Amino acid sequence: MKHLRRKRLKGNFNQTVAPLLFLTPNMLIFVIFIIIPAFQGLRMSLMKWSILGKPTIVGLQNFQRLLEDKVFWITIKNTVVYSFFTVILVTVISLLLAMLLYQNKLRGEKSFRSIFYIPSLLSMIVVGIAWRFILGDEMGIINYLLRTIGGSGAGWLTNATLAMVSVIFVSLWSQAGYYMVVMISGLQAIPLELYEAAGIDGATPIQTFFRVTLPLLRSTILVVVVLSTIGAFKAYELVKVMTNGGPGYATKFIVQQVYQAAFVEDRMGYASAMSLVLMLIIGVFTIAQFKMTGGEQDYE
Amino acid sequence: MNKTARSIPKYIALMLLSCFFLFPVAWVVLCSFKPQSELFQLPLSFIPRTWTAGNYTFALSQSNLLTNILNSGVVSVTSTILAVIINTMSGYALSKYVFRGRNMIFGVMIATLMIPLQVTMVPIFLQLKSLGMLNTLWGIIIPPAATPTGVLLARQYMQTLPNSMIEAARIDGAHEARLFVRIILPLSKPIVATITIFSFMWRWNDYLWPMIVITNNKLQTLQQALAGFVGQLQISWGSLLAMTTLSMFPVIIVFFAFQNYFMTGISAGSVKG
Repeated sequence: MKHLRRKRLKGNFNQTVAPLLFLTPNMLIFVIFIIIPAFQGLRMSLMKWSILGKPTIVGLQNFQRLLEDKVFWITIKNTVVYSFFTVILVTVISLLLAMLLYQNKLRGEKSFRSIFYIPSLLSMIVVGIAWRFILGDEMGIINYLLRTIGGSGAGWLTNATLAMVSVIFVSLWSQAGYYMVVMISGLQAIPLELYEAAGIDGATPIQTFFRVTLPLLRSTILVVVVLSTIGAFKAYELVKVMTNGGPGYATKFIVQQVYQAAFVEDRMGYASAMSLVLMLIIGVFTIAQFKMTGGEQDYE
Repeated sequence: MNKTARSIPKYIALMLLSCFFLFPVAWVVLCSFKPQSELFQLPLSFIPRTWTAGNYTFALSQSNLLTNILNSGVVSVTSTILAVIINTMSGYALSKYVFRGRNMIFGVMIATLMIPLQVTMVPIFLQLKSLGMLNTLWGIIIPPAATPTGVLLARQYMQTLPNSMIEAARIDGAHEARLFVRIILPLSKPIVATITIFSFMWRWNDYLWPMIVITNNKLQTLQQALAGFVGQLQISWGSLLAMTTLSMFPVIIVFFAFQNYFMTGISAGSVKG
């Protein structure tokens, strides 16, 4: 009897206590540094909060102010414009790159994949510095080359529209290789027989692409769209070094505005309200991602 | 037309694309070896006319650069070790045990993906402050080590390990912790490698975490130092390019040493963060 009880206790330990112990360090960090702060953020968004003063509850005042805050709306608009173009272009470009490199037939295919992937290894700070150096008005190599062939050069980072175009372009440069790898794994999962069947039926390559490849790649494309959307809404470092949000507010994004409100202007409650808006946007896209992909196979 | 001839246009396209992706990196690296006077001297030349390491010695002598590199190294290595340990532990618990609340815990971990640092940086700052972790390297080592993506990767991989081995070891009387260290971890080398590589890269390249935690010059990381340099009114490009080159190399080396893990890591979890 005693023996049996001990055995059951041990079984309990193996099956319930042990896994919880294994989970403890990770869960502690999650709770302390993600979950509690998330709720704290909700609370703070309803308060007037500065680092030294006593926090006071102000209800929805922060949100009312947000509605009237012109700069906040500009940063929302900028983030949306930037995300829209970055997401669409990076999806198309990474798919095209993947189409060139997924078959494992060409010699050197792997090396090309690695080369295209290299920009994704660099920190956004490094990417921003490199391109700021290249796109600089007076001494950048792009304007130098333009002048050599008789052009006049352009204010890639100092003209409002061009600065946004440059930031989007550089984002594409830095992310295309990463999403290309995701696309390649999606393309390689499509059974070869389907292509053979399409070939026997006399389908042209373009027909095959639209009738076979695209429909079967749907979930991969969705992953890329959602991941790049979330990434775009979080963008901060790149503009910080490339344009510092300028000229004027032309390339200022939400995260930079939150950072400034919280840590430069010391309006932490107000900054939390802004974060909440950002969190809602990101949350919607993350849920969408799991609904569309993880949903069936992986998520029990 | 034979097969080789047909692939020539494709090769040309791939070559041009390679130039496009590599040029900025090559340009920064090459220019970092030019003397300051040659940097903007017309006509610009791709290969330095005179090679010099002057920018490097200048950068290293003028600022806290050496300290910054050291901080980045310490943070990346320590945080990565921690991440590997706690993420594989969680992955193991979530893949090989059946217990009440398992799905809920997994669900909560996945849900934290929805709350990136960018949206909680204000309360996190206050949390770190109340824990006395502001202006300490621990503040950038511990919190980011628990990545949901790391747990996800480990769990996914460990699900494929055979249960029979675990049970056999249990019958032999192995303790749970011992089982994990002696049997599970050795079988999980590929995923340990993947988590190590990604974690190192994320921590080395991180900017926002250190920005929130560290204000003390002596504790700043390399990325902070770089961004600080850009923020100055007069950018001294020579040393900035040298610093940028120094910051690029560790990750590129790690990448070429462990390429396969990178590719499988991305395909497995579409990881980023």
